[in-house]
Amino acid sequence: MTDHVFTFCKTDLAARADGTLWWAAERILCVSDLHLGKSERIARRGGTLLPPYETRETLWRLEAAIDATNPATVICLGDSFDDLGAARAISDDTRATLTRLQAGRDWIWIEGNHDPGPVELGGTHMADLKRGPLTFRHIATSETGEISGHYHPKGAIAGATRRPCFLIDAARIIMPAFGAYTGGLSARDDVLAAIMEPTAIAVLTGKSALPVPLKSCLKR
Amino acid sequence: MLKRSSEPSLLLIAPTGGGKTLAGFLPSLVELADGAHDGLHTLYVSPLKALAADIKRNLGTPIAEMALPIRVEDRTGDTSYTQKRRQRADPPHILLTTPESLALLVSYEDAPRIFKGVQRIIVDEIHALAESKRGDQLMLALSRIQAMNPDLRRVGLSATVEDPSAIAHRLARHPDPCPILIADPGPDPDISMLVTQERPPWSGGGAKYSIPAVLDLVKQHNTTLMFHNTRAQAELYFHNLWLANDDGLPIGIHHGSLSRDQRTNVEAAMVRGDLRAIVCTGSLDLGIDWGDVDLVIQIGAPKNVKRLIQRIGRANHRYNAPSKAVLVPANRFEVVECVAALEAAKAHDLDGDPKGAGPRDVLCQHILIAACSGPFDATQLFHEVRTVGAFSDLSRAAFDDCLDFCATGGYALRVYDQWKRLKEVDGKWQLRDPRSSARIRMNLGTIFDIETLKVKFRRSAKTLGEIEESFAATLTPGDTFLIGGQIVRYEGLNQLTVEVSRQKGRTPKVATFNGTKFATSTQLSQRILTMFQHDNWPDLPDHTAEWLHLQRAVSKLPETGRILVETFPQDERENMVVYGFAGVNAHRTLGLILTQRMEAAGLNPLGFVVTDYALMIWGLSPVRDVAPLFDPDNMRDGLETWLAGNAVMKRTFRVAATVAGLIERNTRQGRKSGRQATFSSDILYDTLAKYDPDHLMLRITREEAMRGLVDFGRIEDMLQRTKGRVDHVVLDRVTPLAAPLFLEPGRIPVFGEGREKLLADRAADLMREAGLEGL
Repeated sequence: MTDHVFTFCKTDLAARADGTLWWAAERILCVSDLHLGKSERIARRGGTLLPPYETRETLWRLEAAIDATNPATVICLGDSFDDLGAARAISDDTRATLTRLQAGRDWIWIEGNHDPGPVELGGTHMADLKRGPLTFRHIATSETGEISGHYHPKGAIAGATRRPCFLIDAARIIMPAFGAYTGGLSARDDVLAAIMEPTAIAVLTGKSALPVPLKSCLKR
Repeated sequence: MLKRSSEPSLLLIAPTGGGKTLAGFLPSLVELADGAHDGLHTLYVSPLKALAADIKRNLGTPIAEMALPIRVEDRTGDTSYTQKRRQRADPPHILLTTPESLALLVSYEDAPRIFKGVQRIIVDEIHALAESKRGDQLMLALSRIQAMNPDLRRVGLSATVEDPSAIAHRLARHPDPCPILIADPGPDPDISMLVTQERPPWSGGGAKYSIPAVLDLVKQHNTTLMFHNTRAQAELYFHNLWLANDDGLPIGIHHGSLSRDQRTNVEAAMVRGDLRAIVCTGSLDLGIDWGDVDLVIQIGAPKNVKRLIQRIGRANHRYNAPSKAVLVPANRFEVVECVAALEAAKAHDLDGDPKGAGPRDVLCQHILIAACSGPFDATQLFHEVRTVGAFSDLSRAAFDDCLDFCATGGYALRVYDQWKRLKEVDGKWQLRDPRSSARIRMNLGTIFDIETLKVKFRRSAKTLGEIEESFAATLTPGDTFLIGGQIVRYEGLNQLTVEVSRQKGRTPKVATFNGTKFATSTQLSQRILTMFQHDNWPDLPDHTAEWLHLQRAVSKLPETGRILVETFPQDERENMVVYGFAGVNAHRTLGLILTQRMEAAGLNPLGFVVTDYALMIWGLSPVRDVAPLFDPDNMRDGLETWLAGNAVMKRTFRVAATVAGLIERNTRQGRKSGRQATFSSDILYDTLAKYDPDHLMLRITREEAMRGLVDFGRIEDMLQRTKGRVDHVVLDRVTPLAAPLFLEPGRIPVFGEGREKLLADRAADLMREAGLEGL
């Protein structure tokens, strides 16, 4: 697994192939849009009964990233839960896994549009967080040095399937969605074109982190 | 027909359009003539909406002429909301409908009142329905109606088929007997193959070379139907016909992707006798009686002799006149296929594959339908389902599995108990949330449409037709494509509509409709292999016979009892061609198995392409020893493991999970827009495969894929037939029989180490080109 290492606002960062962002100097691991409890929320609302394994799968992947990096701080960049009801309804298993992952490190829940209030789990709840030149928040604004999520960007270059991707330009980073049951918005969608500079880079995740010019991603 | 009208079940087999439909209605007209029957008397179900409308017209005339007190109405997806409401309150005597609309009626709480007193049900074109899940859904709906009216009599109307008793078993209430009436098939059809001065091309399905000769045939006949195997081919052919149509012959086009208005216009013009020819697809395979058709042209090899015979039956419905048909091979290999099909048709050798037991995804949907109509008793519903021929062997355990899936999701992890879909109250199952019946009804049906987008001219309300979402995604403004026979220019996507403008005189990019590819039948493939062993081929045109002679001189011709494998370098890749003659679906599976084995052996396969007769794999390294690749022992062993990850399984899963109600196609918010709120069914498949591999949906997927898209049965047949006799011919260049494969579209990439290397190189190139490599 190779990471894409780059400098952003005078900070050395790594976009990891698993879709997490690693700030080695501060030992911060950042992850976005976990959407835990999505299947429970859909079932509760009278929808279909999706396989109830997405929380397990997402946390299993997150644990692998934490094991690989041993962070001092984990920042969950919003939409960590599919709604506040889903946060309340999580199983004892999930609660135990989260407690284990949180042990010995700071854990920060940034609020998202799906989970706008505090959750009754360990960790600190915040609207956004500043660290040095960087700001962590859920939805992108026009601030420089901002790291956000929300849009679930996915990109593909000719000859490959669509993969979740980071979008990076001089002023901002948009993170890929980490949750198992999350769809994606084309990295070339108009909404994202309005936020990112034309010279932005897309880092495709998967087996390895592959940086490509955003312009070379397919529209689909 | 009248004499047998008291039989509980009856199957009538007659050649296409032999007037059998009206015969089916005779007993109903007689029984209704005295005006004493109140409410619904006869249900008529056909696979096509158009057929229901057609029958309504045809029945209207005798009823009006004899002034019979009978009300006939149709009810399909096209019927207005107010009309449907009125029909529920006050059903007509004869209701003409489709399996989907009938399932919807059965799902209403007032179903017992709507169906009260129904005497007869006529299932038209039952041979076509029996081939798909629509037939299973229909028979399940009938079992409910029959439970309300035990004396209900069933009549099935079928075209010529290879195994009438199988259809009879599916029609009758199990274990009732079902007598079969076979009508006089009439004289043998007059079938020939078109041979032109110009040679057919080496590959492709366009058959453009045949246009001058085909136009001549159209001129010599009153009305010609031109059948194509795919919609894209029909569009292209229609376009090319018009470019060459110097006499301005009135020619129309008809296929399932065209808007309803357009299809109705073409049908009406045809009935009026305004058209000399119609370019069409399977959308005209069934039913509607065009009367004056005196020639059927099949463009492209027919793939299946039974379907060919049924299509030919569309010509010359007049009593005792032979139907006339011409086969037009689209490429050189299809010349061989057409000649084999001619032989088979002359020998009355119809082909077909036996159908398996009733599909359980359809049963799951049926259980949800039952729950929509009101609380039900599980044991009673189980016995009702067992009266359906296709489900007569269903075990109680299998039924309970489906019920559990509908109620709780059926997961090994029980987390949904408070959010169940169905709950049991006083021994009866019902919806936990009665409002969910609306969502269930919205998602009824077993026809799995590929997601399509409407195509419209800018600032125009009129829909030209539909194209697949995946095709639309490949378009950039300025691209041109064919729809409804005209070239249009892609302007952009507006909401969920593709906006286009008129464009004249440019070569179009063709609309690709990924409709299911029919594999050439086993029987037809065997005929071709047998033909290859002849010393020479007087029935084949010279150009094709010479091609086969050349192949024999350079390499070998494939044989029935052996597998021929050729390896040679070409275009900087190492190629391997396997002549399996097992059909496209089985070859695709074989391609996945073989590339998997090659990946493990470090041969770096990059991709493969399949046709009905062969499979070609290319990669970075040459294959020197082919025998281990075909080792039958490990073939099935490894199947399950690798099958889990492949795209064919995911596609099969998507269909089954949608039919069973796990994935919703339609939601109240309107169609899913592909935005970040939705995610692909592949993710559900991967999750289940990892955490709940024994889940009902995965079991159904495996079973269906094995006999459907994976078609492993035909690979096993091939291995059985050849028993390890693999002939490996090593060459330094491409062979005559292999050459067309290089022109074949639909190449399937293999995502292994070889491609990962190429992809990393490509990404690095892109960064360098953009001057970003230091970043």
